[in-house]
Amino acid sequence: MEADGHDGLWRRPDRGLLVLRRRLSVGLVTTPGLLGSGLIALLDGPASGVGAVLATAVLTGLVLVAVERRYAAWGYLEREDDLVVRRGVLVRRTSVVPYGRMQYVDVTAGPLDRRLGLATVTMHTAAAATDASVPGLLAAEATRLRDHLAALGEARQAGV
Amino acid sequence: MRPGPLTDGWVRLHPLTPLLRGGRFALVLFALLGQQGARGAVDGQTVALLFGVGIPVAVLFGYLAWRAMRYRITATELQVESGVLTTRSRRVPLARVQAVDVVRPFYARVLGLAELRLEVVGGGGDAEAPLAFLADDDALRLRTRLLDLSAGRSALDGAAPAPPVPERVLVTVPTGTLVASVLLGPPAVVAALLVVAVLITSVLDLETAASLALGGVPPLLVVGSFAVRRLLSDYGFTVAESPDGLRLRHGLLDTRSQTIPAGRIQVVRVHEPLLWKPFGWVRVEVDVAGYSSGGEQQVTGALLPVAPRDLAERLVARVLGADLPAVDRRVDARARWLAPLSWRRLGVGLDDRHVVTTYGVLTTTTDVVPLAKVQSLRVLEGPLQRRLGLSSLAVDTAGRRLPGALAQHRGDTATLLAEAAARARTARVASAAPTP
Repeated sequence: MEADGHDGLWRRPDRGLLVLRRRLSVGLVTTPGLLGSGLIALLDGPASGVGAVLATAVLTGLVLVAVERRYAAWGYLEREDDLVVRRGVLVRRTSVVPYGRMQYVDVTAGPLDRRLGLATVTMHTAAAATDASVPGLLAAEATRLRDHLAALGEARQAGV
Repeated sequence: MRPGPLTDGWVRLHPLTPLLRGGRFALVLFALLGQQGARGAVDGQTVALLFGVGIPVAVLFGYLAWRAMRYRITATELQVESGVLTTRSRRVPLARVQAVDVVRPFYARVLGLAELRLEVVGGGGDAEAPLAFLADDDALRLRTRLLDLSAGRSALDGAAPAPPVPERVLVTVPTGTLVASVLLGPPAVVAALLVVAVLITSVLDLETAASLALGGVPPLLVVGSFAVRRLLSDYGFTVAESPDGLRLRHGLLDTRSQTIPAGRIQVVRVHEPLLWKPFGWVRVEVDVAGYSSGGEQQVTGALLPVAPRDLAERLVARVLGADLPAVDRRVDARARWLAPLSWRRLGVGLDDRHVVTTYGVLTTTTDVVPLAKVQSLRVLEGPLQRRLGLSSLAVDTAGRRLPGALAQHRGDTATLLAEAAARARTARVASAAPTP
């Protein structure tokens, strides 16, 4: 897909998204894993506890690699007439949405996103199946992208 | 509360409207009353209360609602005011109209009345501005005027009757063909399965076979009632061309006349069910941005409920205003691992104006999307597909019943995506240029 980026550069979500996802995986996998290991060590002896800690470590490693790859798969490209968004590791998806087809743009930010100053920009068209959304943008970039999309959408508006 | 005098071109609905609206309710009420009365469960007091208070109140409310509802057409809008307690004032921009239907439910037909329904993009589950009920002539005149205004043609002003719009019938579906085609659908499948099951069990045990045959009656009835509904809805299906756009007329008891202005079609889908293949029949469906996906009054979405393939193809080409591209990009044999039964059918065709995809296991389906209507394009590549060097292309449109087309493809989807996107851009620019 890099070949067709003739009128723009592939951009990525901010590294803050990666930080956020890493913290989430540590919070959801590693912490409970270690707590569980402690419990197992108490009930079943230190050998089992060490095994559980090792299992947690391996699992954490796998999840971190998956998170890293998922982050690396995200990309968006603002071309002259359309926005291209790609994502996904296992199932790879690429969406092409012409600016003229845009009905409205959303910028959303959850509580965790906000702590890191991140936001998600979503472009909606008249088709329900369109999924063009870019997560993990810094607030300034999210605003820029939103205004850019809105302006281009206005300029190239085509009837349904 | 108080509707003002009708000035400035405001018009009310037909005075029989409250009767029709309340009529169905009254019928149910009387039926219930009769049934309960026959069992002696209704005393004189209930009846007196009903006739003395209930019915007058209902009649009064119906009358007030009718008095409060009015509409008018300006150069750019349809304006509708309605509501007694909560009032609603609606403005429908005519440039956004996707289709205009004239619906005549059976009971309205008897009285020479019709309902006019305007379909606009992005509405809720129902038609955006149903005008029910109007006198037949008024409905037809209003339809012509709305379509003229929405297409930017200057309509005749005021009450001057518009000249009848000339129309040319393209196809009429013969009743015999329609009946045969409906029977060759689910009813034939269910009946055949049932017969086979009964025959097999009767060899083993007659009693089981008999109970099985009895048990098969309810599913047959369900399937049969669907078939009857389809027959009633598609009876006398006529496709005609008029300066307003494409006109579809159908229905036996409730009749419906749809008008789809040129360039509003989002998707055309051609179905060829297995059982129809010996006859060479296909069914053609279309979608327009306005129609909703559900609802009781739902049309089947057929452009042609059944027709020989060559006739259907000519009609589709005519409706879309161009010959369709050949489906020349086929998947190769690698796809049989993912689609063992249908891989030979999977394919994509692309030219300057349309994208065509084919797929299907028992029913061969062909989707056609005008490139000027493409909302977005997506490429999906699952883990197994990637291993085989395959991927899928999804073409999204604004239609809600047929939301788009999906194509399986081999290898070079990136090229296909780039090509489709570029051609869609050209088609969009070309279609936007002569702005009405």
